[in-house]
Amino acid sequence: MTLKKSFQLALSNLMFDKMRSLLTMLGMIIGVGAVIILISLMSGMMGMMNDEFAKLGTDTVTVSVQDRGGSRSIDEDDIYKFAQDNPDMFRGVSPSVTIAGAFVKSGSNDITTNATGVSEEYINIKQLDVEQGRFLSYIDIEKKAKYCVIGTYIEREFFGQGRAMGQTLRINGKTFTVIGVLKEDDDSTSGSTDDVMYIPYTTAVTMSASKFISSYTLWTTSVDIVDTAIAKTKQFLENKIGDSDYYNVSSIKQIMDMANTMTGTMQTLLVCIAGISLLVSGIGIMNIMLVSVTERTREIGIRKSLGAKAKDIKTQFVIEAGTVSGVGGLIGIAVGSVLAVTFGRLLELNAVPSVGAILISFGISVGIGVIFGYLPAKNAANLNPIDALRHE
Amino acid sequence: MMNNAVTLSKAETANNIPLIELKDIYKIYHMGDTDVHALDGVSMKIFKGEFVAIVGQSGSGKSTCMNIIGCLDVPSVGKYYLRGKDVSTMNDDEQAEIRNKELGFIFQQYNLIPKINVQQNVELPLMYAGLSEREQAKRALASLDKVGLKSKAKNMPQQLSGGQQQRVSIARALAGDPSIILADEPTGALDSKTGKEVLQFLKQLHSEGNTIVLITHDNTIAAQAERVIRVQDGQIVYDGEPDISKFAQVAHAGDEDGDGA
Ligand SMILES: Nc1ncnc2c1ncn2[C@@H]1O[C@H](COP(=O)(O)OP(=O)(O)OP(=O)(O)O)[C@@H](O)[C@H]1O
Ligand SMILES: [Mg+2]
Repeated sequence: MTLKKSFQLALSNLMFDKMRSLLTMLGMIIGVGAVIILISLMSGMMGMMNDEFAKLGTDTVTVSVQDRGGSRSIDEDDIYKFAQDNPDMFRGVSPSVTIAGAFVKSGSNDITTNATGVSEEYINIKQLDVEQGRFLSYIDIEKKAKYCVIGTYIEREFFGQGRAMGQTLRINGKTFTVIGVLKEDDDSTSGSTDDVMYIPYTTAVTMSASKFISSYTLWTTSVDIVDTAIAKTKQFLENKIGDSDYYNVSSIKQIMDMANTMTGTMQTLLVCIAGISLLVSGIGIMNIMLVSVTERTREIGIRKSLGAKAKDIKTQFVIEAGTVSGVGGLIGIAVGSVLAVTFGRLLELNAVPSVGAILISFGISVGIGVIFGYLPAKNAANLNPIDALRHE
Repeated sequence: MMNNAVTLSKAETANNIPLIELKDIYKIYHMGDTDVHALDGVSMKIFKGEFVAIVGQSGSGKSTCMNIIGCLDVPSVGKYYLRGKDVSTMNDDEQAEIRNKELGFIFQQYNLIPKINVQQNVELPLMYAGLSEREQAKRALASLDKVGLKSKAKNMPQQLSGGQQQRVSIARALAGDPSIILADEPTGALDSKTGKEVLQFLKQLHSEGNTIVLITHDNTIAAQAERVIRVQDGQIVYDGEPDISKFAQVAHAGDEDGDGA
């Protein structure tokens, strides 16, 4: 018996009693649908998380140090030299001096925000976009210029849109000139990514109490070498400072990897649960195949009397089971995909089922059908022709 | 080995090797502590081109005998040779091959598969013989044409009358061009007129050279065979020409049907 005929026969059997076929397939539809929905939503969520992390810069390494005093102390020259000695790993450095809770005033307005002292390379490291004017330059850093580059929240709070350039404002009593305004990144509200002020780190240090730079951002050449770069940096700091209590090296990528591992574990768990429902549906299919074999014993007898071999009968029933569950799987994939996209929209996730997920769940559903169809098929094939024919 | 059984050499047609030979066949069913001897030492030879009617009372063992000839059942004791080959030692697949290539069954209950159409039903033995789909369709339609039902090829079995369904089952039996046609009460479920038509058809097949073994209750029908085997309590009690004295009125009916054989 050709595979094509078996397949056609399986489909016509499926159509012969639509209600029963649907009920048989229901478990498969729900199981596969659930797998598709879960995988899609999880990957949508992971995608969103990774995007958020990427905004924070996954290719940077953050170094925090404490002043140990003496030759054990570390300053920006050490860090710059370290970065320059390893050009294959690092393509930029910026010290980061945060003036937390800075009191900013211009005219009669005042707000409290954070001002950050950075180097001219910071614009590249964080991939900032300047809307008006320019970012801080090397000269500004060298001269400890009282210049600032501000986000749109600060701009609108004090000057109004597009009117900040060349204006002055006071940070903790020191007067700064606005030389650049960043492009709106969020919604220009307090606490958003538009609520930022950048000044030369050299200037910021003079305004800080300790005069010690305790944080640096190192820009790696690629996100793939972040882990190596962290190791290298730790080694350097260990040699220089000699006590790991005085420094810390971290990166967003590490946090992201951890979060991904966690969501990955959760995904595995959810998929396992969905897998159980697939298994249950497989048992349902086996049940219906067993019933079908009993019902169709006479048909099997007729086929045997016409020369069907055990192998032919087995193939027919296995293909039939595979078809039932495969069609169920396809419906499940369709239903699951539609629901995943719909839920995704509601949750503002990009939850599109991957080709891999679709292929795997289709394969699993057909596989379950074949595996669970085999036992009844074997029973059917081994019937004695005359007993099968006499069956009522 | 199987091919030997399938190909028909000229020498074999010379009637010295019987097509079917049963040697002291027993079929015993164990029912609790009593044994039912459905067949109780049956021996017979059937040669190519014969038209044999097996008659006997209900429960005498006719069907059991036919099922053994048809490789649908195995004897408890005894040997069955088909073209001189011992069938009883063949495995399941070899027996399936024999059923497919050598035997054509016609059952009382037609035994068409209801879920597939007439043509697909007739194609079944051809499909199991491994013919190409085109060849299957061609032969099935030719076979349906022979029984006058080519126009019903795409109908479902239950859309046909009983007589038509039986003709479809004849077409199916013929499709694979078997050496022997086995018919177990083919007219049993039909009214006498349709029954006669079906019988007429079998006679025509016989005149074309087919070997036919027919089980019947009906003496009128048995009388039209060349040879009658009467079975009683699992034993053959008569084997020979239809007995004119017993079937007087029957011989007359045979003339009416214009049997020239
Ligand atoms: N599977 C079985 N189990 C037990 N006994 C059986 C079985 N099949 C047949 N028999 C017995 O064997 C005997 C012969 O049965 P068989 O079917 O050959 O009769 P038959 O001549 O075809 O009768 P009918 O004309 O009614 O069809 C009967 O007594 C029957 O009860
Ligand atoms: Mg019978």
